Amino acid sequence: MAKKKKDEINFAPRGIGDEKDGAVQKGVDLPSPTRKKHKSLGLSEDDLKAMYEQMYLQRRFEERAMQQYQKGKFGGFLHLYIGQEAISTGTVFALNDDDDIITAYRDHGWGLCRGITPNEGMAELFGKKTGCSKGKGGSMHFAKTENHFWGGYGIVGGHIPIGGGLAFANKYNDNGRISATFFGDGAVDQGALHETFNIAQLWGLPAIFVVENNGYSMGTAARRHTVAEIVDRAKGYGMKSKVVNGMDVFSVYEAMKEVSEDVRENSEPYFLEIRTYRYRGHSMSDPQKYRTKEELEEYQKNDPIERLKTYLLDEDILSEKEIEEIDEKVEQEVLDAVEFADNSDFPDESALYEDMFAEDEPYFHN
Amino acid sequence: MAELQFREAIREAIDEEMAREEKVFIMGEEVAEYNGAYKATEGLLDKYGYKRVIDTPISELGFSGIGVGAAMNGLRPIVEFMTFNFAVLALDQIINHASKAGYMTGGQISMPIVFRGPNASAGQLGATHSVAYDSMYAQFPGLKVIYTSEPDDAKGLLKSAIRDDNPVIFMESEQMYGMKGEVSEEEDYIIPIGKGKVKREGSDVTIVAHGKMYHVAKKAAAQLEKDGVDAEIIDPRTVKPLDLPLIVESIKKTNRCVVVDEAHPFAGFAAEIGFLIQREAFDYLDAPVQRVTLPDVNAPFAKNLFDAWLPDAKQVIDAVNQVTYRN
Repeated sequence: MAKKKKDEINFAPRGIGDEKDGAVQKGVDLPSPTRKKHKSLGLSEDDLKAMYEQMYLQRRFEERAMQQYQKGKFGGFLHLYIGQEAISTGTVFALNDDDDIITAYRDHGWGLCRGITPNEGMAELFGKKTGCSKGKGGSMHFAKTENHFWGGYGIVGGHIPIGGGLAFANKYNDNGRISATFFGDGAVDQGALHETFNIAQLWGLPAIFVVENNGYSMGTAARRHTVAEIVDRAKGYGMKSKVVNGMDVFSVYEAMKEVSEDVRENSEPYFLEIRTYRYRGHSMSDPQKYRTKEELEEYQKNDPIERLKTYLLDEDILSEKEIEEIDEKVEQEVLDAVEFADNSDFPDESALYEDMFAEDEPYFHN
Repeated sequence: MAELQFREAIREAIDEEMAREEKVFIMGEEVAEYNGAYKATEGLLDKYGYKRVIDTPISELGFSGIGVGAAMNGLRPIVEFMTFNFAVLALDQIINHASKAGYMTGGQISMPIVFRGPNASAGQLGATHSVAYDSMYAQFPGLKVIYTSEPDDAKGLLKSAIRDDNPVIFMESEQMYGMKGEVSEEEDYIIPIGKGKVKREGSDVTIVAHGKMYHVAKKAAAQLEKDGVDAEIIDPRTVKPLDLPLIVESIKKTNRCVVVDEAHPFAGFAAEIGFLIQREAFDYLDAPVQRVTLPDVNAPFAKNLFDAWLPDAKQVIDAVNQVTYRN
C-alpha cells in the first residue's frame, strides 16, 4: 500500500505544483521603490537620458545576441541579464569611474555599462579577435580593466573573495577607491561568501557586496535553496546591510550613492540585497519549467526600462518622439555591432599561446 | 657563503623583497604575531608592521581569493599556507582564478602572486597532512611550480618567484626548515625559475630528485658510492617549467635513470619524467627508467607503516640496482 503523502520524505522544499489557492508563487518580494525624484537624487535630465539609453542598449544588445545565438552564429553559454538592467546602470552612475567592479557570468550589461562598446561585446560573444577579451573569454568573461571592470567570472561565488581583494589593494594603496562585487542569489550558499564577509568586516575592507537576487539559482527558487532572508547573512558578521528594489533605477542609484559614501568614508564593507527578476532562463538551454508564465508577467509589469520611460514622459523630460529616436539609435548601434562581429576575424591560431604568461617568450610544456 | 637554516633562507628572501618593493606583502595563518607556524616569517611583523604582515583567519579559500584580487589590482602578495594540504580548500582560487584570469580576459589581467608553504609529508601526521601536490599544480597551465631542497635554492628561487609577474607555487617542507646549508651571500641573489642543478656528479646512473626526496637520493648515492656505483643527482628545483635538457644531458652520459618523487605514482612527476626521457633520450637508455614514489595508498599513522610508505634510500638503491642490472 502506498504511503500517505504526508509521510513522504522531502529534503528541498517543493517548487511548482505547491501553489496555494492558485496564488502566483513569487521569486522575490520587491521592497518599495524610492519616492524621490531625479533632482533630489542629484541626477540631471541628461543623466536620465543617458541612463535610459544605457538600459535600452543592454536590453537590445542581449535580445539581438539571443537571436544570433539561436541562428548558430556562436556557441558556448549565453546567460542573459534582461530584467536586471537597473542594477548595473544605477550602480555605474552612482560609483566613481575608478571604483572597481567585478561580477559573475551574467556580465554583458555590466560590461556595456562600464565602457565595453557594443562592437567589442558582440565580437566577444562571437569569439572574434576584435572582442573585448580577444575572443578568449566569450559571454562569461567580458572585461575592461582599464575602466576598472574586472570581468565576469564563471564559478558561482568564486569571484567574491577576489572582489574583497580588489578592495584590499585599494585600502593598501590608500587611493580612495572602493570595490563593488555582484553575484546572484545562488552564490550566497557558497562558503566563499562567508569567508569573505568575515575577513572583509575583520579587516575593514572598503567593499560593497551585492546579491542581485533574481529569485532563481539556475532553476531553483530562492526559497528552495537558502534559508531565512538573504540580507540577514550580513548580521552574522556585524556587517551593514540593506534591501533595495532592483527594478527601479532610482532606487538602485540612491542606495549605491549612500552606501558607497559610507564604505569610502569608513573603510568598512556593506552588503546589499538588490531584488530583481530574470526574465529569461538561466541560460539559453533552460525550458523554465520551474516557474509559471504568470509569475514572469507579474514582474514584467515592473519593467525597469518601461518604468524610466514613463517617468521621462510624465515629467516632460523627453517626448515620445525623442524616446523613439534614442531607441532607433540604439537599435542601429546593436545591428552594426552584429555586423561588426560577423565580419570580424577569428583569432589567429598563434593567439592560442598568447596571454598565458606575462613574459614575451613563455615556456609551454609538451 | 653563509650557513643558514632553510627557514632563515626563506625569511631572508621575503625580507629582501619586501624591503625592495612596497607592493610586496605577506599574509597567512600565524604569519605575524605568532612569527610563523614554522618561524619562516619571524621578525617580519616587527620590521614591516601590520599593514604588510597580516594574520588571516583559517579561511584558505577566502584569503587566497583576497590575494588574487589584490594581485589583479596591482599588489604582489605572498600567500602562505601552513601546509599545501590546507591549500586544497583554496584550489578554486589557485586553479580557477589565479591561473586563468589573464588568459580568459585576453591578457588584461596580470597575476603576480606567490602561494608558498610546506608540501608533502612531515612524519606521522596522518592521511590528510601528508600529500605532495607539486605534480598536481604542474598539471595546470598558467602556474609555475617550485619545490626546493636546500636553503640556497630556496633563497634564490623565492626571490625570483616574488618578482615573477605570474602566479607561482613555491613549496617547502616542515622537515627541512631546520636543515642548514651554505647560502650565497651575493647581494640580490637570484636563481632563475626553470633551471635545475647537478647536485652530485656521477657517471653510472642519473637520479632525478627534488624537494625532500633530494635528501633521500643523496643518502642513497653515498651508500651506492661505497658499493662502487657513481650516481649523478639532478635536482630540477623547478617542477614547471622543467629543465629537461639538464636531465637529458645527464642520461646521455649515464644511460640509466631513476626518478624519486614524493607523490603517489599515477600521472605524477615521476611518470612525466619517465615519458619525457623515453621520447628525448630513447637511444641512450641501457635500461628502462625506474621510479621510486609513494605507493597508491594514503599516509598511515603507525610508525612502521609510515616508514614503509615513505620512499627511502633503500628503495632508491634497489631501483638503481635494477637499472644497472646489479641484482
